[in-house]
Amino acid sequence: MLEVQDLHVTFTTYGGTVKAVRGVDLYVNEGETLAIVGESGCGKSVTSNAIMRLIPSPPGKITRGMIRFKGEDLVSLSEKAMRNIRGVDISMIFQDPMTALNPTLTIGTQLMEGLYEHQKVTGQEAKRRALEMMDLVGIPNPEERLKQYPHQFSGGMRQRIVIAIALICEPELLIADEPTTALDVTIQAQILELFEKIQKQTGVSIILITHDLGVVAKIADRIAVMYAGKIVEVGTKREIFYQPEHPYTKGLLRSVPRLDLKGGKLAAIEGTPPDLFSPPEGCPFAARCAYAMEVCTHVHPVKTSLSPSHQVDCWLQDERAKKLLATSSPK
Amino acid sequence: MLRYILKRLAIMLVTLWIIITLTFILMVSVPGSPFNSESSSNEIVQANLNKHYNLDQPKYIQYLEYIKSIATFDFGPSISKPHQSVNDLLGRGFPISFELGIISIAVAVLSGIILGIIAALRHNGIIDYLAMGLAVLGISIPNFILATLLIQQLAVNWEIFPVATWSSPAHMVLPVFALATGPMAIIARLTRSTMLEVLTQDYIKMARAKGLSPWKIIIKHALRNALMPVITIMGTLVAGVLTGSFVIEKIFAIPGMGKYFVESINHRDYPVIMGTTVFYSVFLIVMLFLVDIAYGILDPRIKFHKKGGD
Repeated sequence: MLEVQDLHVTFTTYGGTVKAVRGVDLYVNEGETLAIVGESGCGKSVTSNAIMRLIPSPPGKITRGMIRFKGEDLVSLSEKAMRNIRGVDISMIFQDPMTALNPTLTIGTQLMEGLYEHQKVTGQEAKRRALEMMDLVGIPNPEERLKQYPHQFSGGMRQRIVIAIALICEPELLIADEPTTALDVTIQAQILELFEKIQKQTGVSIILITHDLGVVAKIADRIAVMYAGKIVEVGTKREIFYQPEHPYTKGLLRSVPRLDLKGGKLAAIEGTPPDLFSPPEGCPFAARCAYAMEVCTHVHPVKTSLSPSHQVDCWLQDERAKKLLATSSPK
Repeated sequence: MLRYILKRLAIMLVTLWIIITLTFILMVSVPGSPFNSESSSNEIVQANLNKHYNLDQPKYIQYLEYIKSIATFDFGPSISKPHQSVNDLLGRGFPISFELGIISIAVAVLSGIILGIIAALRHNGIIDYLAMGLAVLGISIPNFILATLLIQQLAVNWEIFPVATWSSPAHMVLPVFALATGPMAIIARLTRSTMLEVLTQDYIKMARAKGLSPWKIIIKHALRNALMPVITIMGTLVAGVLTGSFVIEKIFAIPGMGKYFVESINHRDYPVIMGTTVFYSVFLIVMLFLVDIAYGILDPRIKFHKKGGD
């Protein structure tokens, strides 16, 4: 349904040009959940904002690539045409529900304004749809709640409202940018269950941006691991969790705190991500990679398919590297 | 809400009483009397005049007399204009001053907000720099300088507008312009900066993600939030326009309250001083009260009373 090809996004600043997204390829099938995981600053949010064409410009710019949605390239659409896609075909959920709602407008107004904008509805019809959405996301006393303001809701309730707002025009794709990060753990679980329920009921596709592998394990179908503006490994949930091939993916999985290992420090990936003002020529992870070879620092690895759904960008997958490893013991 | 209003009314009365008392103390402690300048009057005439206007009484009796006259809304006769009561002067001057003040504030608020929005939307563009340059000029040039410059250039040299007085819309242009420029500049700068801040908020991004049109986002989502600080300073601005109008009325020879106010102080015309001060004070206090009410209407998070949690 959605296919992103070779997406490049840059931000021009006083200090130079930041290459935030450097050639992202991904696709989302109907009714599935794709999780994009990676550490802060790896370009996951920029990618999702680019899909919505919500990159602040200037300084941001989509410099190359294609975002094909239902046969149309969103990159080349006019701003006006894009407005008819936002909220209607593709919706977005933001990280912090405390700031995502306008404090001076009632929940009802904010919930229904998307409907009024995009569909010819009567006041009664809009209200009926709003009540339906409030019910779907699990807000009690919807009739009364519609007249209230955001400050009269708790964080979890606000996130439910944000979700209701995103879903009211029945979009086909929902982009959730760290939807549970700002919530406490019990509320997180409730919101994740809500996502599952919504997907089952409406068949909406979800792109879930997160750095929380626990969240991913719970609701993702496929996982894309992002690092320094590129997707370094993508596969089904099983493939990523049980057969990770990229050293970065392995590192990420190892760094998840575990209850069954007593004592000791949390496993961390040493070093920091590269500076995206001047990204390295070769593999961006090479400087932090325990298996880095000479070639890694000079040439960017080619994509290797391990299965129809599992691709990885790593020189270790190259036949020659495998041969090398087989003949000589690693250093 | 009703309880809040009643409480505010009580506070307003106390404020008014303090103003009256302070004005009275200032008035009697300034040397001179209404009859000092009358060269013809001898001591006996002066004594008679003092008696006529109760000025021979002890100060506390005079004070009580003033309080009584204010409570009954009858400020008595003017001393320097013997055949007119203070109420007459106020009745004649107030409509004109009110007209000047309201038009100036309306002009300042409307043009200030529009200028601020445009500057914010064209952030760091030529229009932004132009608007803000203009605003800095507006803030830094005092209104009496601006007024004289306007008269010199537009009324005397180019003869586009009449020089003074208050009788037709054309007469209003220069005084309103002189009086509104300062507040307009302040509002424009404030609107611009709060607008810029509001435009980066998540709820604006959310509104964009809903596919709303840019104008709807600006008017419905951004402006309302951006106007909060503007509303906050409205009280001060009204006070500024009020005091500014004394000077402007004098320069343009507008027969408003400001003129009587300034004259009354020069002539030690005690009843007129008291009357105009009370009148201006009531006006300003009521305006501040309205600003607070407007604040509560614009921002639902502000509650006027405590009533449980949420």
